[in-house]
Amino acid sequence: MAGERDALATRGERATPPDGQSEAPLVEVRHLKMYFPVTQGLLLQRRTGWVHAVDDVSFHIRRGETLGLVGESGCGKSTTGRAILQLYRPTAGEVLLEGEDLTRLKGDRLRRMRRRMQMIFQDPYASLNPRMTVGSIIAEPLEIHGLARGKAKQERVAELLRLVNLNPYFANRYPHEFSGGQRQRIGIARALAVEPQFIICDEPISALDVSIQAQIINLLEELQAQFGLTYLFIAHDLSVVRHISDRVAVMYVGKIVEIADRNELYEHPLHPYTQALLSAVPVPDPRVEKRRQRIILTGDPPSPVNPPPACRFHPRCPYVQDLCREQEPPLQEVRPGHWVACHFWREVGARAVVRPAPS
Amino acid sequence: MEPLLEVRDLAVEFVTQDGIVHAVNGISYALREGEALGIVGESGCGKSVSALTLMRLIPTPPGRIVRGEIWFRGRDLLKLRDEEMRRIRGHEIAMIFQDPMTSLNPVLTVGRQISEALELHKGLDRKAARQRTIELLEMVGIPSARTRVDDYPHQFSGGMRQRVMIAMAISCEPRLLIADEPTTALDVTIQAQILDLIQRLRRELGMAVILITHDLGVVAGLCDRIAVMYAGYIVEEAPAEDLFADPRHPYTLGLLRSIPRIDEPRRERLIPIEGMPPDLINLPVGCPFAPRCAYAVDRSELEMPELRAVAPGHKVACWVDVREAVADGRRA
Repeated sequence: MAGERDALATRGERATPPDGQSEAPLVEVRHLKMYFPVTQGLLLQRRTGWVHAVDDVSFHIRRGETLGLVGESGCGKSTTGRAILQLYRPTAGEVLLEGEDLTRLKGDRLRRMRRRMQMIFQDPYASLNPRMTVGSIIAEPLEIHGLARGKAKQERVAELLRLVNLNPYFANRYPHEFSGGQRQRIGIARALAVEPQFIICDEPISALDVSIQAQIINLLEELQAQFGLTYLFIAHDLSVVRHISDRVAVMYVGKIVEIADRNELYEHPLHPYTQALLSAVPVPDPRVEKRRQRIILTGDPPSPVNPPPACRFHPRCPYVQDLCREQEPPLQEVRPGHWVACHFWREVGARAVVRPAPS
Repeated sequence: MEPLLEVRDLAVEFVTQDGIVHAVNGISYALREGEALGIVGESGCGKSVSALTLMRLIPTPPGRIVRGEIWFRGRDLLKLRDEEMRRIRGHEIAMIFQDPMTSLNPVLTVGRQISEALELHKGLDRKAARQRTIELLEMVGIPSARTRVDDYPHQFSGGMRQRVMIAMAISCEPRLLIADEPTTALDVTIQAQILDLIQRLRRELGMAVILITHDLGVVAGLCDRIAVMYAGYIVEEAPAEDLFADPRHPYTLGLLRSIPRIDEPRRERLIPIEGMPPDLINLPVGCPFAPRCAYAVDRSELEMPELRAVAPGHKVACWVDVREAVADGRRA
């Protein structure tokens, strides 16, 4: 809870204070599964297997909170985001937004719910239609949801541009006239147009230059404070996730292996994969780098088509034992708010010397 | 001792429809035998172009080497004939790139691609070349190298492909390995494996390394010295520890302040560098960082400062003493 208090203190007033335990979460994901068929043949496509992209994932996000979702490419973090928004219809499981199950909604009812949740994409070059002006890109969701017309619409577009620190005059220009950072601001303005409660940020800064990344992170934090937004922040950059998140979930081959408050996770990681991941991130300080103990994992992450049985991390785990090959470890709460899926979290946690003492 | 490599006042530009892109604007640096130099900067800062120029891999046109010399073991590479340069490339200087898939031939087995170089540069016969190829694949940590030598590039994962590239690069025991964003396309646990491998091979083979990256963390662990580039200029160069402990250019300082660190508790707010890098077609007359710089003085906008020494081995191109400016700012 200390983590939340300090987040509150540093981010100023929130529109809706996250009173964590007592209040129902804004978003609840229960036993979410997203499988994609693997097919062979051109004409008669035979299904030869399934990609287990997301395999029984459960978590919740509190109102006004940022949940970081990290993992390596192919671990299912982006698929999880898309399945929550029903951009993919999940194979199984429930996604509740304020108690309403999105997986059961269709047509108009789903469209109405979509107003309350939006997405910011990784590639601001691919996610904006090059043939539309910035103004019409931002106005489009207003039209679809019938929120504003005519002059009111123009005014709203100008207001949104100002909100993301762009000149309202830019409304008449086209995406190619803008830099990566500016395009990402346009994408954010579009997402904000429908006044959503919940935004999924899918690698929103990965395509941007280092000096621009901090501008976008600060903007996302300002907007969250101003509108009480709830974020699911999907990223592979663990340093950025530590900065922006209140809680963090770690995924590996379609499963959540650990989830905890930000400081708890980074300072006391209990899953061997989390430990390896954190130890692999290079620190921009040669003195720290020299002292650091790095856990170098052998091999590559396995394919989600044929994930290893029992614990999916066992072929790469430095602490592997027979039990790990035979039985899948459940995701269990081992300390208040700290969940981990490892049979031997006690032993692993005790051996964790990942983080160097701050100098 | 004479350096292994010395780049003097190198300038490269590209002629495009929109005008002349000033990619590299007079950079100089030297590299000793066995030393690891990091060149860091953001996209468009000229770090990759300067490395490609070392290998004489800049297409001309549209590229143009405006001026400069590249001295490598007593020869100016820019003056060599094409066939002389071909002998150096791959043999004495090797290079690995960000995306190994685009640098490997998809229709040849990885074994064939490596042994071809051994036959060509080392004069080995086919059988000996194959044997050496298997040894190289083992050396870079490819499991069951004896069978994988006959696999095609697409049968390898991204990290394994980068290992194949490295095996190919070190096959002729080069004196210098240039690694251009070698881990940018890889996941962080695989990145750690590859950086570990480069470090180990560097020690075992005693080769010098130029590591080009946008990631300050990557150079911190691997490099002895670091050069920071901005808009085609080297704006700061220092031993690795000094650069991070005592950054003297406002751009370096800005970069370090703007990135969150995994080993630090959350900072209240990141301090971004405002604005954007300059357009390389219309470079400002003075210091290219001046429009984004909180410490800029009148002179910054009029004249580009030369690199000057501020401490042993520590050079910076700035009219302002950032250390003093920061201290004054605190007092004010």
